Amino acid sequence: MRQTIAERIFTKKCGKIVVPGEIVEADVDYVMVNDITGLPAFEEFEKLGKKIKPIANKIVLIPDHYVPNKDVPSAKQAFAMREFARKYSIKNYFEVGRGGICHQIMIESGFVAPGRLIVGADSHTCTYGALGAFATGIGSTEAAGVFAMGKLWFKVPESQKVIIEGNLKEYVCGKDIILNIIGDIGVDGAIYKSMEFYGSTIKNLPLSDRITISNMCIEAGAKTGIIPPDEKVFNYLSGRVRGGYDPILADADATYLENFHYAAKDMVPMVAKPYLPSNVIPASECGVEIDQAYLGSCTNGRIEDLRTAARILKGRKVHQNVRLIVVPASKDVYARAMREGIFEIFLESDAFISGPTCGACLGGYMGVLAPGEKCVSTTNRNFLGRMGDAKSEVYLASPATVAASAIEGRIVDPSEVKHEK
Amino acid sequence: MKNKMKGRAWRFKDNVDTDQVIPAEYLITGDPKELSKHVFEKVRPDFAGSVKVGDMIVGGKNFGCGSSREHAVRALMGAGISCVIAESFARIFYRNSINLCLPPVECTMEVKNGDLLDVDLVEGRIQNLTDGRLYSFRQFPSFAILIMQRGGLMRYVEDSCTE
Ligand code: SF4
Repeated sequence: MRQTIAERIFTKKCGKIVVPGEIVEADVDYVMVNDITGLPAFEEFEKLGKKIKPIANKIVLIPDHYVPNKDVPSAKQAFAMREFARKYSIKNYFEVGRGGICHQIMIESGFVAPGRLIVGADSHTCTYGALGAFATGIGSTEAAGVFAMGKLWFKVPESQKVIIEGNLKEYVCGKDIILNIIGDIGVDGAIYKSMEFYGSTIKNLPLSDRITISNMCIEAGAKTGIIPPDEKVFNYLSGRVRGGYDPILADADATYLENFHYAAKDMVPMVAKPYLPSNVIPASECGVEIDQAYLGSCTNGRIEDLRTAARILKGRKVHQNVRLIVVPASKDVYARAMREGIFEIFLESDAFISGPTCGACLGGYMGVLAPGEKCVSTTNRNFLGRMGDAKSEVYLASPATVAASAIEGRIVDPSEVKHEK
Repeated sequence: MKNKMKGRAWRFKDNVDTDQVIPAEYLITGDPKELSKHVFEKVRPDFAGSVKVGDMIVGGKNFGCGSSREHAVRALMGAGISCVIAESFARIFYRNSINLCLPPVECTMEVKNGDLLDVDLVEGRIQNLTDGRLYSFRQFPSFAILIMQRGGLMRYVEDSCTE
């Protein structure tokens, strides 16, 4: 056979050899919904009639977008999730104070593992490809369908191969790699496709940076973004993963629709200007004055991201015209940051630290932008009005670039700050 | 699923994301009628007030990109939109449309705002009645037709679970 990772996972799940373009029904390992996409799924499920029960052990419920509840309607959404969990004895429910941003929790809590097929009613479900799973975003109605059937229809995607070789320069990280790629192939450059990442640069990347890369594949339209699982993944999973798993790699002679080659040495810290993630320029050429800097989200809210920002912020102050908002992606990240003294560094630099939530990443709450305001953010989308008013602007960048820009008051390459002192 | 439909076109550009279709702050209900009050509010404030039942959306490339919010499809359905035509769709939007029976038609065509379109889903044909031009599009995959003919994914699920 000459199959890619995506094709091999579907072949295994379907018990027969599949080819790209084919529509199959496949068993999924887990289905996740959040507080926004959950409610319509619960309503659809309840319409099925009393005899049909959800397959409780495949369902993961994670409130994160508007919790702690920002107002009465969002409280009702979160309430509906809690009720659904109770009614059907769904154990995998992560109450406020125990969880955090859904994708971080899915990974941290051991639901994600190589070879698994996971769906989530959230477009960034593709994040789990960083651990060698085939994971993709779905809608609420189909999540309800999976609650009942444990399976779903899929079109087996064609695959693209991205190969990155060589050593990255200081302060160039996973976020810069994926922004470079999206800038190159465009926001529909991978539409319907599964991206697979190879090369020495990817092998040497820490898992947290790989997660950032897979997270943003949807920003190129991809169905998922898979990185071949290796020791880093296996080590991370030991003592954490739920159940066994079976790592799946591509065949040596697998065929890909397209191949893309990049050299790590050509990459520099990047910024995606409004209003598309593909609208990238080197951070050093940006210079835009900012009102807010945002460090968090499923893209870059991990402990490694916070450490990077803290290294730059240590002993410095956030610029007087800027507010820096830090949102650890989960309780675990929060606890580590506290123990490692990172919060102290942030507080001394005048940053605001929040508990884990999606919050302002989607213009929800806790950091929403006023007309005309500009924000440099470690999140993944800079669409019109994404973080607030339609006349506000979001610039996507890495944790290092966000921290450096928060100090300078304008978007800069992180090396500029480092070399000043 | 209706096989034939006629309606006025609303023209949109490439990369219409779901934040544009329905901004995040209104994602506090799944009700199509409620959602439809705010459809395209930030990018096309006149839309919700003047859209008519049966109207169609004609987008460019990558329609429905961004968040997985099914609310986008629901909001369009609540507004009475009968089908969405685009050069290409973001895949979650495409799936949601099929699962909820809002036919996502992949076709490249020249349309102006307000043109009257005649769509035949079975024949795979669109006529722009305003300028007379005719277009054809590739048939839906058979599984997608099965779901739309049953009245949506949940009817299919119900049938499968009770069979
Ligand atoms: S952090 Fe942002 S991108 Fe990630 S799941 Fe939450 S809203 Fe979506």
